[in-house]
Amino acid sequence: MQRSPDRRRCDSLSPARALKSGLAIAALCVIPCVSIADAIDMRPGVTELSQRIQQIHHMSFWVCVVVGIVVFGAMFYTMFAHSRSRNPEPADFSENTQIEIIWTVIPVLILVGMAIPATSALRDIENNEDSDLTIVVTGSQWKWHYRYLDAPISFYSLMATPQEQVQNLQPKGEFYLLDVDNPLVLPTNKKVRFLVTSDDVIHSWWVPDLAVKQDAIPGFINEAWARVPVTGVFRGQCAELCGLDHAYMPVVVDVRPEDEFDAWIEEQRLAAELAGEAAVAARAKTWTMDELLPIGEEVFVTHCATCHERDGEGQGAKYPALNRGVITTGPIEGHIDQVMNGKAGTEMQAWAPQLSDLEIAAVITYERNSWDNALGDIVQPLTIYEAR
Amino acid sequence: MNRPPRRRQTLLLGVLAVGMFGFAFALVPLYDIFCEITGLNGKTSNQAALLEEVQSTSAAETNRLVTINLLGQVARGLPWEFQPVETELVVRPGELTVTTYHARNRGTKTVVAQAVPSVSPGRAAKHLKKIECFCFEAQELAPGAAIDMPVRFLVDSELPPEIIALTLSYTMFPLPDAEAGQILSRNEGNQ
Amino acid sequence: MVAHVETGHAPRNRFIAFASRWLLTTNHKEIGTLYLCLSFGLFFIAGAMAMMMRIELFEPGIQVIDPLIYNQVLTLHGLVMVFGAVMPAFVGLANWMIPLMIGAPDMALPRLNNFSFWILPFAFLILLSSLFMEGGAPNFGWTFYAPLSTTYGPPSTDFFILGVHLMGISSILGAINIIVTIVNLRAPGMTYMKMPLFVWTWFITAFLLIMVMPVLAGCVTMMLTDRHFGTSFFEAAGGGDPVMFQHIFWFFGHPEVYIMILPGFGIASQIIPTFARKKLFGYHSMVYATAAIAFLSFIVWGHHMFTTGMPLFAELFFMYATMLIAVPTGVKVFNWVATMWRGSMTFETPMLFAIGFVMMFTIGGFSGLMLALVPADVQYHDTYFVVAHFHYVLYPGAIFGTMAAVYYWLPKWCGNMYDERLGKIHFWTATFAVNLTFFPMHFTGLAGMPRRIPDYSMQFADFNMVSSVGSWLLGLTQVLFLYIVIKTVRGGEKATDEVWEGAEGLEWTVPSPAPLHTFDTPPVIGDGDHR
Repeated sequence: MQRSPDRRRCDSLSPARALKSGLAIAALCVIPCVSIADAIDMRPGVTELSQRIQQIHHMSFWVCVVVGIVVFGAMFYTMFAHSRSRNPEPADFSENTQIEIIWTVIPVLILVGMAIPATSALRDIENNEDSDLTIVVTGSQWKWHYRYLDAPISFYSLMATPQEQVQNLQPKGEFYLLDVDNPLVLPTNKKVRFLVTSDDVIHSWWVPDLAVKQDAIPGFINEAWARVPVTGVFRGQCAELCGLDHAYMPVVVDVRPEDEFDAWIEEQRLAAELAGEAAVAARAKTWTMDELLPIGEEVFVTHCATCHERDGEGQGAKYPALNRGVITTGPIEGHIDQVMNGKAGTEMQAWAPQLSDLEIAAVITYERNSWDNALGDIVQPLTIYEAR
Repeated sequence: MNRPPRRRQTLLLGVLAVGMFGFAFALVPLYDIFCEITGLNGKTSNQAALLEEVQSTSAAETNRLVTINLLGQVARGLPWEFQPVETELVVRPGELTVTTYHARNRGTKTVVAQAVPSVSPGRAAKHLKKIECFCFEAQELAPGAAIDMPVRFLVDSELPPEIIALTLSYTMFPLPDAEAGQILSRNEGNQ
Repeated sequence: MVAHVETGHAPRNRFIAFASRWLLTTNHKEIGTLYLCLSFGLFFIAGAMAMMMRIELFEPGIQVIDPLIYNQVLTLHGLVMVFGAVMPAFVGLANWMIPLMIGAPDMALPRLNNFSFWILPFAFLILLSSLFMEGGAPNFGWTFYAPLSTTYGPPSTDFFILGVHLMGISSILGAINIIVTIVNLRAPGMTYMKMPLFVWTWFITAFLLIMVMPVLAGCVTMMLTDRHFGTSFFEAAGGGDPVMFQHIFWFFGHPEVYIMILPGFGIASQIIPTFARKKLFGYHSMVYATAAIAFLSFIVWGHHMFTTGMPLFAELFFMYATMLIAVPTGVKVFNWVATMWRGSMTFETPMLFAIGFVMMFTIGGFSGLMLALVPADVQYHDTYFVVAHFHYVLYPGAIFGTMAAVYYWLPKWCGNMYDERLGKIHFWTATFAVNLTFFPMHFTGLAGMPRRIPDYSMQFADFNMVSSVGSWLLGLTQVLFLYIVIKTVRGGEKATDEVWEGAEGLEWTVPSPAPLHTFDTPPVIGDGDHR
């Protein structure tokens, strides 16, 4: 800002000058703004409700803009016109009941006008009846679990972005942090009901393009719904602070045409059978250290390294070190119990429902034979099977 | 300096502050009452309803069917398997229904767990009357032991007509060690 | 100012005299100064935490602080700003100004006043020391939702609970003192409806504090018993309910929001008439609007919880009640504009900050109105849109309000004029930086960026970079503010008793700098006198 040598002139002019330069900047902004309008708008989403919500957003936004223009316009005008240099004698009024009533009543009317469409949209959001498909969404530190109530399908969905990208060792992909191993697959044009709950702390399941955001609360179920008319992959994130890796539990929804969805269901059924057969085969076999270690390392990196770190050194008392750890170098039964059943009151969860016998056997073998741990123990999938 | 009115006012305001502290605790029962009336959070009553009483006020309807989805969740820290034997029931309001949940302790220790029910939509919760439920008391399982736990309930005929499907979910929570210890020792005393 | 008579021998004696003077003072001006200094210090500590977060958020990926530390810094930033920077600053201003504005010799309960201040440094020492404890500092956000803060909280949560209790006691005692002072010590002739608006807004704020701080205390007490004494208020397993935590927390939390802004309204209502050289427009409606906002603040807490699965009628009730708050708030803004209207304005630094307060607070009010609409809130909730909203209300709201007050009354406190040129530079750079920091957050929020994350996907990168640069500039401008304040306290052009030619009010009738004891004989206010 330029400074005028005459202080009084400076006083009276500075807001006026600011206004002028502000207008100039605003004018310069308008041109690029049109092209980036989409970048700064609420996402329209793909469902009827998400688009209605965007319209409500637009309505309230423009109401605010108009009110803002009137109020800020009046302020800038009075700063300009009623500065001491232009208006040396201040007026002497300080009450006017009529105008006070007017500017109480008009906002009330505007608010009523805004409340009407909001109320009607809210009624539709809360109408969870008549669904075609129900999915139980369970939040868990730091992953989502999906269960299809109408088909014997359930799976965990974990972030697929590799740690190397998070640690800036690799270039970041297009869907950095928004990619999962197993997306939730939905059919188009079906009313899908989500029953949302949690295993541990409060999470919030959010897909902006479906306009579904529902808190996952341990012990309670909440409902939400969506009917997606188009195919596509829609990405969102956990929206409620849920601990260490709150930033790393994305939601990916893959919407497919109905026939493809049915085919996918069939595929999943087959895959489950195959996995069952593979588990039987894994039990029958006696595994060597060399076979188990690479499998164990992969499981460790995906599931354990977020808290215990890749070098096994942990992060303070809350996430203890596994290298030379009490349990990882202690009796093997204790180690198996801890991994399978978790530890109450901590983030250490039960892995028995989440991992296969082979995976649990491999990761325990890995933990007992990595870093400075060299116990030489080999845990067989059969042992895990028997411990279940 | 401290003239009487000043001391009195200070005292009054102090009492107000202490009163508000008490009010925070009063919010707990108030919240429960509020939940019961409005069905907030889908809490169901943790008292058994009397079958005769419910049936006398709620005549069986023959031409209305309600679908009930049953869910079983296990909270963090409980090494149990826990799920409903049937996942979907179709019931007539006013008719007694029996279903079973299955639980098994996978862990290496005896564990006491408490099931917490939740009904969705929440406003259906007060119309779901449980005559018998494993959620009324804590459940104890030895390592490797399994149990089938029945739920006897009915949906009363005052269930709002627009509700055609509802969900009854139980989440099994491990009880804190202190509480679990008490229950364990009590059970041993009984044996 | 105060007798250092017996000192001057050894430095040790001087130190003891200095320490005991400030430790034992019961003078409202000295206690006010202590509050303001503490708040200033904590403002910089919490600000440094914000800088750390913005460094991490400068680009996607984890660069400087990992999620473990990020969550702790995030929590302490919120807690220290709310309870350490904003609230003590307002209490400090109340201590300094309320007796001067109502013609009282001191606060009504001076020893209690000393006690309520000296609790605070210990409260924050306890809270901040948790950073160095085993398991780290609290990491569950300033809202400390159960069960993340109960079952899953780090061991230091107990120290956090103790800290919150101490802050609460301090606030409640401070508020009691303010009410008793206002009720008893007004100068003869100063009826309630003649009190300056700053006094009025603080009077109402003090009632809010007494009503809600105990609820917060109750809330953390329940946490404590849940954690250690086997109760289950918030534990689903024992019949408790984590959602009830949120109801109790926000029953405190929403009035708390107004505790952090109502005194700011009062400050703007003092400053704008002074520099418009015109009486405050609609004094009565200002008082009623403040009371209406305070009342409404008790029935809108549910709007923080629209996604927790509330029944429809509750969502509608909280939506309508929240929208209603726009009415009295609007009345206030319109009254300020009408006060400026056809005045004879000059734009010294306090006026600039007051106008900036009104305008940018209004922007925060607009986004607040948008957030009240439940369907849209489904998309806004827990995103950066909310972060933008409350930072607009708190930074250019509460904090600009405090800065306006400091520029306005600092000459009265220390007898020296601040450097007008530097003050203006401070205002314009801070305004620019505030908007550069927080305005883009609206866009990242609308695009779908959740709050409280240390790392984000590529689509949010550009605006986050802008926000980060803005925040560092904003941090620098506050260093300038510190410099200006120190420079003014140490010397400069002498201020007149009246300081501002358009200023009205009892505080301008005492000499500059205000002597330690003022209004030992109460002034008499006539019928025609100003407010």
